[in-house]
Amino acid sequence: MPEDIVDLEIQLLLEALYQRYHYDFRHYARASLKRRLTQARDQLGFPTLSALQDRLLHDAAFLPRLLDYLTVQVSEMFRDPSYFRALRENVVPHLRTYPSLKVWVAGCSNGEELYSMAILFREEGLYDRTLFYATDINPEALAAAEAGVYPLDRVRKFTQNHQQSGGRSSLSDYYTADYGRAAFDKSLRERVVFSDHSLVTDAVFGEMHLISCRNVMIYFDRPLQDRAIGLFHDSLARKGFLGLGSKESLRFSAHAEAFAAFTPSEKIYQRRDL
Amino acid sequence: MSASPPRVVVIGASAGAVQALMAILPPLPHDYRLPILVVVHVPPDRDNVLAPLLEAKCRLTVKEAEDKEPIAGGVVYLAPPDYHLLVETNGALALSADAPVNFSRPSIDILFESAADVFSDGLVGVVLTGANQDGAAGLRAVAKAGGAAIVENPASAQASAMPQAALAATPTAAVMSLDAIASYLLSLGTER
Repeated sequence: MPEDIVDLEIQLLLEALYQRYHYDFRHYARASLKRRLTQARDQLGFPTLSALQDRLLHDAAFLPRLLDYLTVQVSEMFRDPSYFRALRENVVPHLRTYPSLKVWVAGCSNGEELYSMAILFREEGLYDRTLFYATDINPEALAAAEAGVYPLDRVRKFTQNHQQSGGRSSLSDYYTADYGRAAFDKSLRERVVFSDHSLVTDAVFGEMHLISCRNVMIYFDRPLQDRAIGLFHDSLARKGFLGLGSKESLRFSAHAEAFAAFTPSEKIYQRRDL
Repeated sequence: MSASPPRVVVIGASAGAVQALMAILPPLPHDYRLPILVVVHVPPDRDNVLAPLLEAKCRLTVKEAEDKEPIAGGVVYLAPPDYHLLVETNGALALSADAPVNFSRPSIDILFESAADVFSDGLVGVVLTGANQDGAAGLRAVAKAGGAAIVENPASAQASAMPQAALAATPTAAVMSLDAIASYLLSLGTER
């Protein structure tokens, strides 16, 4: 099929998804989106994206299956250990000066980053004064994050990352292994609010001291990135911190001036108040 | 080989990549017209040593690709470790942290397929040495879109599996030695 027809199908499908279910992917970067959609089409057995759209419009139960392709990220706990090391060494000393803290993991997917953060805060003695917000647009991913159960074969990598991040304890202290799965301790989510929130359509969210949003905005186009970064700025307390993915940057953003590079090598920024 | 003049070159390489790239990139002049996008399979740790290594030997600028960066002629863009490199519909570069393809992130297939989609018959795809199958589906996409498909001669490649797989997927691809690939790329980007 000619590629321009596929492109047209994608445009129509995104419009259908928005008008029918209010999920707005219209400002996602197209190259990755196209790859994910054609993958969904092929793996779910549709001859065309138009046929997939027909099913989507008439069968609400099909929506989660498509969302899995569009949103779910397979991540690791303590992915990029040097990022977590920088949080520990550079950001935590600032956070200690506050009597209570709010941390937002935006686009938490299946929760790997949230648990990493909760463990780090526990190791640093900050957990009990912190409230964590874990948000995502995919309800099934949020449910998985809340369950905190991961295949045991992935935990070896998690453990390695945790050690490289400067972990002060053993990762095995935080989960029980059973039937090839690692279930993370429920005490880690005692102070976590899991919530449906969209960086595309929803508004400001509390007064955060730290927002971590890594490899989420990389899928957005420029205007949408600007919206999300503006949202983060307005959701941060004075001198609050924003952590991005290792290949993300505020350099080209409309809000570049509103942040100071705090640990540039790890893409940790600090809200600047002009 | 292709209907419209080539606008972009994509290269994929794995085991033996450094030596192969050292053979084909340094001869290109500083005023080379085409952008060159490169995926090399590298371990996912953060420091990319390849860009400075190649830059030291090349007259072209060699850099790690950045998300949403516009593509410029005469620049060699390398996919960063642990990210896929893609071409956006507007011709800018894009990165993704999607799952590995062919056990690889970056994946050659992902770059080639997205580039074929955007540049169609203005694309030149080159699969070099490697010990896996990545790039085979990508090169097929390049050829299908009307672009030029080139494979390093498996007989002289440091690792033959990857060029062999690419050739099996695209039997019409031109088979060339590293020297021939170097001259071919040189002729593409310097003729007026």
